[in-house]
Amino acid sequence: MKKAEQITFEIDGQTCYAWPGQSILDAARDNGIYIPSLCHVEGLKPAGSCRICNVKVNGRNITACTAPVSEGMIVENDTTKLNELRKTIIEVLFVSGNHFCPACEKSGNCELQALAYKYQMMAPRFPYEFPDKGVEARSPLLFHDRNRCILCKRCVRGIRKDGKAVFAYSGRGGENLHIEMDLELAAQLSDEEAQAAMDICPVGAIIKKEQGYQTPIGARKYDQVPIGSDLIKSEEQDF
Amino acid sequence: MSKKITIEPVTRVEGHGKVTIHLDENNNVDYTRLHIVEFRGFERFLQGRPYWEAPVLVQRLCGICPVSHHLAAAKALDVIVGAGTGDGLTPTGEKMRRLMHYGQIFQSHSLHFFHLASPDLLFGVDADPAIRNIIGVALQHKDLAVQGVMMRKFGQEIIRATAGKKIHGTGAIPGGINKHLSRAEKESFINGADPLNIDKMVEWSQEALVFFKDYYVKNKSFIDNFAAFPSSHMSLVRKDGAMDLYHGVLRAVDADGNKILDDVDYQDYENYIEEEVRPWTYMKFPYLKHLGAKQGWYRVGPLARLNTCDFIPTPLAQAELEEFRTLNNGKPNPHCLHYHYARLIEILHAAEVMRDLLHDPDLLEGERVVKGQKTHRGVGVIEAPRGTLFHHYEINDHDQVTLANLIVSTTNNNEPMNRSVNQVAHSWMDGHPEITEPMMNAVEIAIRAYDPCLSCATHALGQMPLEISLYDAKENLIDIKRT
Repeated sequence: MKKAEQITFEIDGQTCYAWPGQSILDAARDNGIYIPSLCHVEGLKPAGSCRICNVKVNGRNITACTAPVSEGMIVENDTTKLNELRKTIIEVLFVSGNHFCPACEKSGNCELQALAYKYQMMAPRFPYEFPDKGVEARSPLLFHDRNRCILCKRCVRGIRKDGKAVFAYSGRGGENLHIEMDLELAAQLSDEEAQAAMDICPVGAIIKKEQGYQTPIGARKYDQVPIGSDLIKSEEQDF
Repeated sequence: MSKKITIEPVTRVEGHGKVTIHLDENNNVDYTRLHIVEFRGFERFLQGRPYWEAPVLVQRLCGICPVSHHLAAAKALDVIVGAGTGDGLTPTGEKMRRLMHYGQIFQSHSLHFFHLASPDLLFGVDADPAIRNIIGVALQHKDLAVQGVMMRKFGQEIIRATAGKKIHGTGAIPGGINKHLSRAEKESFINGADPLNIDKMVEWSQEALVFFKDYYVKNKSFIDNFAAFPSSHMSLVRKDGAMDLYHGVLRAVDADGNKILDDVDYQDYENYIEEEVRPWTYMKFPYLKHLGAKQGWYRVGPLARLNTCDFIPTPLAQAELEEFRTLNNGKPNPHCLHYHYARLIEILHAAEVMRDLLHDPDLLEGERVVKGQKTHRGVGVIEAPRGTLFHHYEINDHDQVTLANLIVSTTNNNEPMNRSVNQVAHSWMDGHPEITEPMMNAVEIAIRAYDPCLSCATHALGQMPLEISLYDAKENLIDIKRT
C-alpha cells in the first residue's frame, strides 16, 4: 500500500511505490521484484560497475542500482532482450577469469554461478582469457585468488580495518588491473572480519583459510532455489 | 620381415591407450606394449592451490571412482591438519567416510562386472560386437542386467548421502566429514522398497557369485588360462591382517605367498616404492625398491587384495574367500580373469560392511571434524576399486600445495597389464599375424580384468573403439582397420 510520501512508478507494467531518492534496484526489491545485481550490496554506496542490473527507462539502458526512481517512471526489467544482455555480461565475466566451479569452494554459494544458472548460460560464446594475475596466500586468514575476481569492488568498499580499506585497485590502465590485498591490514583482521571479507565477495576470490567445503551439497545457498527467489511479493508487505 | 601392428583405441573415458604388437621375422610376437598416451597434469596444477581444495579438485581425475581420489586426498590432508593417519578421526568422521568408500567399491565393481565385463562372459570372446555389450545383456539376460544397474544405483545413492552428490561430491574434508547421515536416508537404505535396500543388495551380491561360479565350472579352462601368470601382489591390510579397503598398512606377497613387504606405514611409502620411467609411455612402472624394477613389480586390485589379506572380516565374504583359496591350494591366485571372481567377493564384502555401518548410530550424530598440530607433509593411501592408490602432498607455510604425487591403481598395475596383453598376443597371434575382431576383443578383456577405465577396456555400445594399423619392416603403414 502506498504511503503518503511515496512516489509511483511502474516495472514491467506493475505499479510500484518508492521513497524519494530510492534507487530503482532497492525500490524494485521493496516491491518484491527481482532485478539481478552483482556489484551492489545493501548498505554500500552503489558502484554501477558490473552492469548486470541494467534496465530500460525511456528507451535508454541504465543501471538500476545507481538510478533513482522518479514519479511516473516506466521501467522495463524482465524482458527477453535485457535478460539476453545480462546473460552476455555473465558469459564475459566467466571467460575473463578462471572460474572453475567444480573445485571452487564457493560453488553453490557463488552469485556469479547462481546467475549463470538463472540465465541459463550454456557454453560461453567468447574465448577464455585464462588470466594469470596470481594468488595472494601470505595472509594468515585469507586466501586471495585474483584470477577469480570480477572487479566488483565490493571488498574495496565494504572491508575496512580501523577506517582503512583492506582491498584496493592496482595495476590500472592495462590488462593487469586487479585488486590487491593489503597484507599488513589483512593480518590484523579478526576471525569475524575475515569471514565478512569472504562473505562480501560474490565469487570465490576471497576465501577464508582452512574451512573449505564445510557446508554439504544440498545445504548451500543456491542449491535448492535460484538466486532472487527470496523476493516474492507479499500483499501484506509494509513498505 | 618385422611388422608392427598397432591397436589404437581412439575414444572414451579416463585414458586413451593403444596397444602395439611387434612381430619378429618369423611372424611370431616379439614384444607388446600397452601405451598410455595422454597426460593429465593434475600433479602440476595442484601446485599453488590451497591444500583444502585438493580432495575436491583431484577427484576430477575420474568419473567412475572419484570417491577414491577424494578420500585418498582427504586422508593425506588429515595428516597435514594434525588429525592423524587414518585412525585419528572421530567415529562419525571415519564411519561416514567408510560408508562412502564401500558404497563406491560396490557401485564401481558393479559397473565393472555387470556393465563392462559380463558381456564377454555371456556371449564369448568372439561374439558379434553388436550384441556383446550391456544392451545385449539387457535383452537376453534381463534379470542380471537389472541387478547390475540397480546395485550400481544403490552404491551411488550411498555416495550421494555421504558425499553430497553421486559423482564429485564434497563430503570428506581435512580432518573429517561435512555431514551426518539423515535418519530418512538411513531408513531408506535399510528398509527401502525392493530392490533398493541393503538386504537385497547382500542377496544379489550372493546371486552374482553363484552366477560367476556356475559360469566358471562350465568354462574353467578359459577362466584359468586366459592371460594367467604368477606375480607378486600388494595392498593395504588392517593391522591384524584383515582385508580393509579404507585404511591399513602396506603388505605385499610374492608368487608363493611369502611376505615381501609387511606392516609398512604408508607415510614412508617412498622408502619402499619407486617408479620406473620408460620412454614410450606416460605411465610409470612402480616396483618395490628392495627388489628392483625387474623383480619388484606387483599386481594390485581385487585379486591382489584377496591374495594379501589373512581374512575378510565379514562372514559371507570370508566363506567365499575360503572357497576361492582352495582353487590355488592356498597360494596366491595368478589367474587374470579371477580378478572378476575376486571383484564379486569384494562386492559381497562391501554390501556386508555397508549393512553393518548403516545400523551404526555414530553416522547420525557426533563430532564430524578433528584437527591438531599442522604439518607440512601428508600421505593418504586407500584401496580404490582398481587397487592401491597413493596421494602425497606437501604444503608451504601459506597453506599452498607445493608438491603433489599420485600413484594411481592403474599405474600400479601397469606392468601386469602389459604382461597380460603380451600373453594374449602370443596365444592369438604366434604364427597367425592377423588382427581379427576376436583377437582385439581378447586384448580388451585382458585389460578390462584389471581396469575398465582405459578406453580400450570399455565397451562402446555395439562398437569397439579400436583402430588397427599394420606396419611393414620399414615402418610403412600397409593396412589400417577400424571396427
